[in-house]
Amino acid sequence: MTVGVRVAPSLQQQVDPRLRVAHAGLLLVLLLLLAFLAAPLLAILQQALQDATGRYVGLANFIAYAQTPALLDSLANSLWVSALVTAIVIPLAFGFAYALQRSRMRFKPLLRGITLLPLLAPSLLSAISLIYWFGNQGVLKGAMQALGIAQIYGAPGIVLAECFAVFPHALMILLTALGAADGRLYEAAAAMGTRPWRRFFTITLPGAKYGLISAALVSFTLVITDFGIPKVIGGNFNVLATDVFKLVIGQQDFQKGAVVALLLLAPAVFTFAVDRWVAGRQTALLTARAVPYRPAPKAWRDGLAAAFCALVAALLLAMMGMALFASFASFWPYNLTPTLRHYSMGLVDAEVGTAFANSLTMAAATAVFGTALVFAGAYLLEKTQGAGGLRSAVRLLAMLPMAVPGLVLGLGYIFFFNAPANPLGGLYHTMALLTICTIAHFYTTGHLTAVTALKALDAEFEAVSASLKVPFWVTLRRVTLPICTPALIDIARYFFINAMTTISAVVFLYAPETKVAAIAILNLDEAGEMGAAAACAVMITAASSLAMLAFSALAWIVDKKNQAWRT
Amino acid sequence: MDLPYLQLEGITKQFGSFTALKGIALDIPKGEFICFLGPSGCGKTTLLRIIAGLEGQTAGTIRQAGRDISTLPPAQRDYGIVFQSYALFPNLSVADNVAYGLVNRREPKARIRARVSELVALVGLPGSEGKFPAQLSGGQQQRIALARALATSPGLLLLDEPLSALDAIVRVQLRQEIKRLQRQLGVTTIMVTHDQEEALSVADRIVVMNHGVIEQVGTPLQVYREPASAFVADFVGRINTLPACVAPGGALQIGRSLIEGDHVGEPGRAVTVYLRPEDVLARPIAPGERHVFDASILAIEFLGAFCLVTVAADALGAKPLQVVLSLNFLSEQALAVGSTLPLKLLPERLRVFA
Repeated sequence: MTVGVRVAPSLQQQVDPRLRVAHAGLLLVLLLLLAFLAAPLLAILQQALQDATGRYVGLANFIAYAQTPALLDSLANSLWVSALVTAIVIPLAFGFAYALQRSRMRFKPLLRGITLLPLLAPSLLSAISLIYWFGNQGVLKGAMQALGIAQIYGAPGIVLAECFAVFPHALMILLTALGAADGRLYEAAAAMGTRPWRRFFTITLPGAKYGLISAALVSFTLVITDFGIPKVIGGNFNVLATDVFKLVIGQQDFQKGAVVALLLLAPAVFTFAVDRWVAGRQTALLTARAVPYRPAPKAWRDGLAAAFCALVAALLLAMMGMALFASFASFWPYNLTPTLRHYSMGLVDAEVGTAFANSLTMAAATAVFGTALVFAGAYLLEKTQGAGGLRSAVRLLAMLPMAVPGLVLGLGYIFFFNAPANPLGGLYHTMALLTICTIAHFYTTGHLTAVTALKALDAEFEAVSASLKVPFWVTLRRVTLPICTPALIDIARYFFINAMTTISAVVFLYAPETKVAAIAILNLDEAGEMGAAAACAVMITAASSLAMLAFSALAWIVDKKNQAWRT
Repeated sequence: MDLPYLQLEGITKQFGSFTALKGIALDIPKGEFICFLGPSGCGKTTLLRIIAGLEGQTAGTIRQAGRDISTLPPAQRDYGIVFQSYALFPNLSVADNVAYGLVNRREPKARIRARVSELVALVGLPGSEGKFPAQLSGGQQQRIALARALATSPGLLLLDEPLSALDAIVRVQLRQEIKRLQRQLGVTTIMVTHDQEEALSVADRIVVMNHGVIEQVGTPLQVYREPASAFVADFVGRINTLPACVAPGGALQIGRSLIEGDHVGEPGRAVTVYLRPEDVLARPIAPGERHVFDASILAIEFLGAFCLVTVAADALGAKPLQVVLSLNFLSEQALAVGSTLPLKLLPERLRVFA
């Protein structure tokens, strides 16, 4: 007897009525992502292909751009500055990560903690500090000029400040890359009498290869799309990010602005694509049977590692510390007696006070609504069945924000929500839109955190629940959410701190009454109120730090409560 | 005769161009313990998931207790399921896990509590209600998963490789308990496994699968003694394969030996003879008995009470043969590598496949 293999029309399974609730939720998430992410990005493309009257002009705007020498200079500037920062930061971050993961030096948690500080501050805090160190009235201006650098404003300032801003991001990637080491490889190599330097070049470096690629691309992209630092310390040195702002806000030339935005999108999209490719490779590196690598104590190596890390940490502290010090100085550089003048001025000056309150409101709203949306989206994607087309669309859009610089997203929001015909136009300039934009901007990292947490749960929980005839939302409430609480706290913390410190997207969207604190720093700097700008930056950093502590305390409490069932 | 409790008809599953299941048909009477046995990738788990409604079949119908459940979502079918990973809710106590499906039925609390104690006692873990899954061993967790699946008294119990994640000793112990429980409750049970010993020891009937088709359905003894195909003979138990050819009159020519029988096929056709190691006897051998040949020992693999002995038997061709001999016999006869001994094969146990 032969069994004929006929391709029968697929039998349609009935959909559980309860699952329709999940599909409706998924549809809602999709609509939100379309309206607040895809549509603004399409608006940029549309602007880039139109003239000022809305007529389709093909690539005319791109050609006009290529014929503007000043703008091409900016492109060149952006490229070499970003490349230089990457070339400086990656070796430093690799050394630091190597010391943390592969040595037995002391004070590791302290050193690691110090490197996280820049993440709690708006990136332009380092620019402000540099002005105090090396600016026209800077403490070390003479030393700098002796090295042949005439002034800090311009490329030197941007490069230096960006190095500080980007360092923790590169470090985080490299820590992960160097953390994933299989101790058995080193034991095997040592057993064969392999010399240490050869072990480094044949095991360590290849193992961290993908991390290095990823870190370099992320650094490059962060620098080329950053707006705050070049704005504060760039002087007459033009880069793409400041060009976008000048073109759109200053000259109202939306078309050229859109062209530059698309140029900024290119490296980000490239980084994103490589990063995804790398992520796929990296997981295959470590098998379940791998034995974690434990470095043996070695005096000279540990000493060298500690000295290097201490130096880097000292530089980071000097950067943070100068802004802190200057914010308390009565009248830099003539009268350094401590005073609260800059803070009181800032707070009494209603504008900064309101801005600070706005920042806190926006951060809180981003944390609450962002976490809820991100988790709901990830849950529906990972733990419910059916509606395949809807599912892949949401999956794709959830990854998109990582490939979109804040500056580009903000620009898209202007184009889309400021368009006269848009029924959502009422949102423009509101706190709600600032919050939504920030959620969209930082969506992917939260999404990935949630997906990782959900994937760690047994895939059969839902199947068991269905066999016991328990609706999925009961299992969500009784099992999934309680187990995922630590991840939820992580996501909320990430949203809160980024909302406190972000500038790039919101700089296009605020109105005077919805101005946030990070923007207020820019305005104070423009007004020449450096002391108050420093004070404001310090306040943001302090608020982020307190939030960080509060979230950590919350995580600790949850962890305590979960001790009962965790092994 | 009663209608079978579960009827599968023409179940086909297509993943793109890959056919995972090809027209599976199977009837399972009420109260039977069935094992789906096969190597990984044979489609056994897919078939179980289709019965559970966790996966949709491309074609085919499933009837349970006379009801067509072919396209019903899992929640509208009637079964309890246990997975290899246990899938216990880690943040809920044992009692809450077992009661998970009962709470949903809005039964009174006291009734639920009584049912939970009954169930944890049934699976041999009385008094463990207050513990969390992480405080239990793997075997204990799987017992609780079993209790949870049985709590709502389903008509069908599905076990997806329930013992594969456990240690060998716990595995043997738990499979006997599952068998006892199944007998006691009379619940129709399907267990998926790739472990033939497990299937032989617990199943009423075994469904041997390979490449998406059923190779054989039969009792453990049938599957072991009368394998329906070369695949089944190979997959279930240890077996010798010897090249042979059909001799005139339906006899078999193996090496220099001629073994009479009614084997079909043209004389001279090459076949393969399948012979279990225990179907070659070292005693009792009476003088002048037929089918006795001389063998010399090439290697002895010590397995405990019995040894797996590799012998060369010129009479049966060049290929070495594995036989099972008791340790006592080996020491009584002072047999070691290099010794020779007479062996007798049981011609009625030979299986021949092309």
